[in-house]
Amino acid sequence: MSKDNKGIGSEITTMLKNNIRSYAMYIALAAIFVIFNITTGGDFLSANNITNLINQTGYVAVLAIGMTLILIIRNIDLSVGFVAGFTGAISAKLMFSYGVNVYVAILAALGIGALIGLYQGALVVYAKVPAFVTTLAGMFIFKGLLLLITMGGGAIIVKDSFFTAICDACIPDLPSNIRFLPGMHNLTIYIGIIGVALAVFSQTKARMKKQKYGFKVISAPLFILGLIAAAAIVMAVTMLLASFNGIPWAAVIVGVLLFVYNFMLNRTTFGRYIYGIGGNPEAAELSGINVNKVMLLCFVSMSTIAALAGIMYTSRLRSALPNAGIGFELDAIASAYIGGVAVSGGVGKVTNTIIGALIIMSLTSGFLLMNVDIAYQYIAKGVIFIVAVAFDVLSRKKRA
Amino acid sequence: MDDYILEMKEITKLFPGVKALDEVSFKVKRGEIHCLVGENGAGKSTLMKVLSGVYPHGSYTGDISINGEVQKFKKISDSEKAGIGIIYQELALIPELTIYENVFFGHELKSGNTIDWNKTIAEAGKIINKVGLRAGLSTKVKNLGVGNQQLVEIAKALSRNVKLLILDEPTAALNEDDSEHLLDLLRELKNQGVTCIMISHKLKEVIEIADTLTILRDGKTICSLDAKEQEIDVQTVIKHMVGREIENIYPKRTNKNIGEVCFELKDWTVEDPRKGRTILKDICMNVRRGEIVGLPGLMGAGRTELALSIFGNVPNYKVKYGSIVMGGKAVSFKSPREAINAGVAYVSEDRKGNGLILIQDIKYNISIANLSHLTKGLAINENEEIVVAKKFKDSINIKAPSVEQKVGNLSGGNQQKVQVAKWMYVEPRVLILDEPTRGIDVGAKYEIYTLMNRLVEDGMSIIMISSELSEILGMSDRMYVMSEGKLTGELSREEASEEAVMALATKS
Repeated sequence: MSKDNKGIGSEITTMLKNNIRSYAMYIALAAIFVIFNITTGGDFLSANNITNLINQTGYVAVLAIGMTLILIIRNIDLSVGFVAGFTGAISAKLMFSYGVNVYVAILAALGIGALIGLYQGALVVYAKVPAFVTTLAGMFIFKGLLLLITMGGGAIIVKDSFFTAICDACIPDLPSNIRFLPGMHNLTIYIGIIGVALAVFSQTKARMKKQKYGFKVISAPLFILGLIAAAAIVMAVTMLLASFNGIPWAAVIVGVLLFVYNFMLNRTTFGRYIYGIGGNPEAAELSGINVNKVMLLCFVSMSTIAALAGIMYTSRLRSALPNAGIGFELDAIASAYIGGVAVSGGVGKVTNTIIGALIIMSLTSGFLLMNVDIAYQYIAKGVIFIVAVAFDVLSRKKRA
Repeated sequence: MDDYILEMKEITKLFPGVKALDEVSFKVKRGEIHCLVGENGAGKSTLMKVLSGVYPHGSYTGDISINGEVQKFKKISDSEKAGIGIIYQELALIPELTIYENVFFGHELKSGNTIDWNKTIAEAGKIINKVGLRAGLSTKVKNLGVGNQQLVEIAKALSRNVKLLILDEPTAALNEDDSEHLLDLLRELKNQGVTCIMISHKLKEVIEIADTLTILRDGKTICSLDAKEQEIDVQTVIKHMVGREIENIYPKRTNKNIGEVCFELKDWTVEDPRKGRTILKDICMNVRRGEIVGLPGLMGAGRTELALSIFGNVPNYKVKYGSIVMGGKAVSFKSPREAINAGVAYVSEDRKGNGLILIQDIKYNISIANLSHLTKGLAINENEEIVVAKKFKDSINIKAPSVEQKVGNLSGGNQQKVQVAKWMYVEPRVLILDEPTRGIDVGAKYEIYTLMNRLVEDGMSIIMISSELSEILGMSDRMYVMSEGKLTGELSREEASEEAVMALATKS
């Protein structure tokens, strides 16, 4: 028995050692939550504020997911903020001035985003204009176009209830006759339970498959412990949200996008190619990878996601403003780097990027709640950003 | 008693796992042209790097004396102060600056705190005249040909008042006329009292110009020949250069089964648009099933360029004419992917630079060129990937704790095995191995050779590029010798000898 415990002990130590960077990040996020909760007298972790935080994080989180790909392939996109502002304004303008159907307006914005990505990506990939320059020029251009669209009225108001729900409302609940838990958002709880069940099922299946191959897997107690811990966190958040208005649509959007991009990066050839190009573009090319095509698609994905972020932001404000999008690119880039994307490229996970985005946006939200001057917010973000990256660079150097 | 400007005594330089220089002694008389020759990897460049302070005092053992005084160079500027100037193969000029700016770059002529441009131009003019460069002083260096750029380099060294000028393969990139001019200049400098050390692979010009000739082999000084005391001929030099005995380091192929021609190049002529010249001219060769075809030659003969121009032409060369024939049909590959699909694979000479993705693990690197084989629907079967990687790890003996080990942490030999495994996994018909044993130890070399034999016994064809002569001779069934982008001869295994190959490889 004691021998067994010792085995688990050393297993935990190696796990901690191998993933110290990720755990440090989770701990940092937890610490930020706890500190803000204390300094705001419990307001920070209230259902209301968490819902608010999710809505606020939504557009930065989606941008950061797209930015992760761009940073992995050793590029950068500075234009995402104003591309978001511009495309968001387009959707608003189409509905407000031309009475276009809301779905068409959204698709148009996404389509224009994709075209912008095609333009910037082609410049970077085929004309070999550095991404820094291409997207810096994009910052100017799309800021100008945003001002052009919002010219006159200043703000373009969006009244469509579907559109405004995207980043300002929660999913509807079940019809009242099949609600079983009074005073709670039933559907949210069901989704939480189903989600946990699915995760447990797929993790167990994956573990069994590995065992069938005869590969080493983490020991059963640790595996179960991990599942319980993850399930507990998910259910705690679910219950918190269910006690208020339920799961925000923004969380659904981020969740779906995160699932798709995580699958793409980890399980598909396209994802492999992205890491390969980031690790060594020459070797990737000589391995038969169409480097140009993969890079171009990353830029298209980035700008399309920027359009999605633009729609979310416009929805949240219920209007398109001339100053929309300022500084989004900085939050997105910082989120990805805090999430552990390597500054030298080739390394990074979208799941960790989301944690980075949560850290960044928690700081915004927490300082706001505390009524602290915005100056401190910037300083805190900058310090966490540089500590995270310096930690990365130093630990990589030590290993090399 | 002779008057030596430079004496290097018992210089030994160790790199991890390799003795690059083994008690090398090297003496240069004042006012002579001293040529240093040897095979690639013999230690010539290392010796010059020790001399110029690239490898600081303390990182080697032995003494360096200049004019009889022991020197301890800590950095390059120390050796420059002692009057040593070194010109590398890769020129160190700033292309966007003018000739006169380049000549005094790094030791600008000043009056007070600012650069005195008038004096700079006047002085540069004098030196440029001396080296016989006919071009306007304010021409940008990027607009000069390689030959003239070389002259600017020499002018730059002269402006520093060098007493001992070292040139590392100065004529490698030059045409006949430029080479001739450069050699004349060296003789002229000699008359003015500048001592020269020249490293060169072109034996004819070495013999033409050298007062003394020192031959290195495997990090040791073999001999110094004095042109005044004896007639030096190419045969003698080659014998000293390669004269090691081939031990039984090449495994025998038990089951030789050479079939029909499966890969053919016809009149393959390629231009490098960046250099603006033809780098491969009228190359004709064929490879049979189950055959190892060797491509010996010296560095810069154009063999890697040949491989890359076949394998999807990543450097974007211009194929002027010629064709690749496989299975009786003319084919062309616009990308490595097309070449791979047609059954051609290329193992890079530079495994760290463009062969492997070092921050990824073994299984990733093995599967990367053939992921479609592991993909069902959308997702890669990662468990199957591990199985495949493990199979290779065991069968070709990649030494690592697991296939999850990062490739960057492996030894050179094991990295090379990962590279070969990656291409074995795509099951090519023609495998091009570019310097497959560079920088790996003897044991790993033997394993690579055994693996090569196994592959051709199974019906694969191998084109082996190597600058290590004995290895080409030991492994190939047939060889094509290249020199300066041209085929200078085809040798059967029976005809081939080190002398025969060297003679063809140094033919221009």
